[in-house]
Amino acid sequence: MTAPALYSIVLVLLTALAAGLVGSFALMKRMSLAGDVISHVALPGLGIALLLHFNPLIGAAATLLIGTILIWRLQQGRTLTTDVAIGVIFTAALAIGTLVTPSEDLIEALFGGFQSLTLPWFVLGVFAVSGIIAFIYSFRHKLILALFSPELAAATGINVARLDLYYLLIFSLTVLLGLRFLGALLVGALIIVPAATGRQLTHTLPAFLTASSAASVLSVAIGFLINRYYSHLTLGSVTLNLSLGPAIISVATVLFLLSLLRKKI
Amino acid sequence: MSLLTVKNVSVRIEGKVIVENLSFELGPSDTLSILGPNGAGKTVLLKALLGMVPYSGEIVWEPSVRIGYVPQKIDADRHLPLTYSDLFESKCQIAKVPIEQIAKVSRIVGLTKETLATPVGHLSGGYFQRGLIGFALIGKPNVLLLDEPTASIDEPGEVHIYELIRRLQDEYKLAVITVSHDLSFVYRYASRVLCLNKRSVCMGPPREALNPDVLEKLYGPSFGYYVHDHGNSADS
Repeated sequence: MTAPALYSIVLVLLTALAAGLVGSFALMKRMSLAGDVISHVALPGLGIALLLHFNPLIGAAATLLIGTILIWRLQQGRTLTTDVAIGVIFTAALAIGTLVTPSEDLIEALFGGFQSLTLPWFVLGVFAVSGIIAFIYSFRHKLILALFSPELAAATGINVARLDLYYLLIFSLTVLLGLRFLGALLVGALIIVPAATGRQLTHTLPAFLTASSAASVLSVAIGFLINRYYSHLTLGSVTLNLSLGPAIISVATVLFLLSLLRKKI
Repeated sequence: MSLLTVKNVSVRIEGKVIVENLSFELGPSDTLSILGPNGAGKTVLLKALLGMVPYSGEIVWEPSVRIGYVPQKIDADRHLPLTYSDLFESKCQIAKVPIEQIAKVSRIVGLTKETLATPVGHLSGGYFQRGLIGFALIGKPNVLLLDEPTASIDEPGEVHIYELIRRLQDEYKLAVITVSHDLSFVYRYASRVLCLNKRSVCMGPPREALNPDVLEKLYGPSFGYYVHDHGNSADS
């Protein structure tokens, strides 16, 4: 295996670890739906960057940043129409992104794929993952109080609105890291589905965080192996195209379904 | 010496007057009960005292004051994997107080190790409320603000909570501000009562401040009450 391929594998596994932690808090904050669709905002950025021939990740980062601030403002409003607005804006982003993305790049932009990494991008990725894990570790006490009761957290001196913004930015950074491997349509699922598995299996916070991260890393590892060795699996007359993103999320979904059969630990 | 001075405080939310021109003081070891009907501005007043809502006028806390706050109601998600052990630890870390306070506070409010390790959504109303009081006690407050501390628990549980508040006040010399609907609580435990219906309707020791006229102003003419006081009673 070449060094760039190895960099990619290491980074996607580290991203999965971070996604498990970030997803656990997303689930507890009851933002599974918003979390899942926030990744769709990356698509118009990806498309515009591909059209104009600059780095797609920069385009995705720009629209993700705008989307993050938008969702934060909508959440602060806490009106009945928030869910509607989120649903409309983020599905519209998906439609606009699909329109502007060149057709030859669309499948990869939506569903991702395996891409080798240069050393500088790998180092930058590892730095970003470290930042995400450091944030969750440093802010865990504030996040815990805020999700138990925003009012009690505010009375304890926590700026809950600012904490929400920081968390959403970290969520978007996780999306950005997973984007090249899972695509704009599926990367949100890497954050949410393994956390849902972890929640099914546990009832204490440390166990939940550990199980979510383990489910996420396991999904990526098994999904990667399936993609590498069975990318075109033939079952009778049907040939399955098991590209990386769909393979990972399929494994994550199977793990979730299996978790429904197990007792909590 | 006053721990708290409130002077000409008004609160408006979205242009609507919620609390108007209110003034009072809180001394050390005072138990001030804020009494009033629904929508009278009691919870908003507590939030103004905590700096959680904007207000006009003056709210001045004595610099040595450390506040513990027990909110009215928390709809804890039954599925949250959080325990009071997690929440107490988080408060200790945020307030930068030694983690050893958890054991002491748990003993004071009567939470066992098993209760501390139970997800909060699975606790009974009484234990949930004890946990909230324990949470407020971390950081050794000298003023406790309680917003209807017995709103979601049954009658025997109410007595336990009231006795706990009384014991905290006696043993730790806390000043207490309690929002309450419960007249028997006000008579038994409060040293002063503030009757609130947007404006101050009465202020003073309960047996002096509360009379049929005041209660009618607060709750309307259909309100009836009875005070048993060593043979003296009043009906309206």
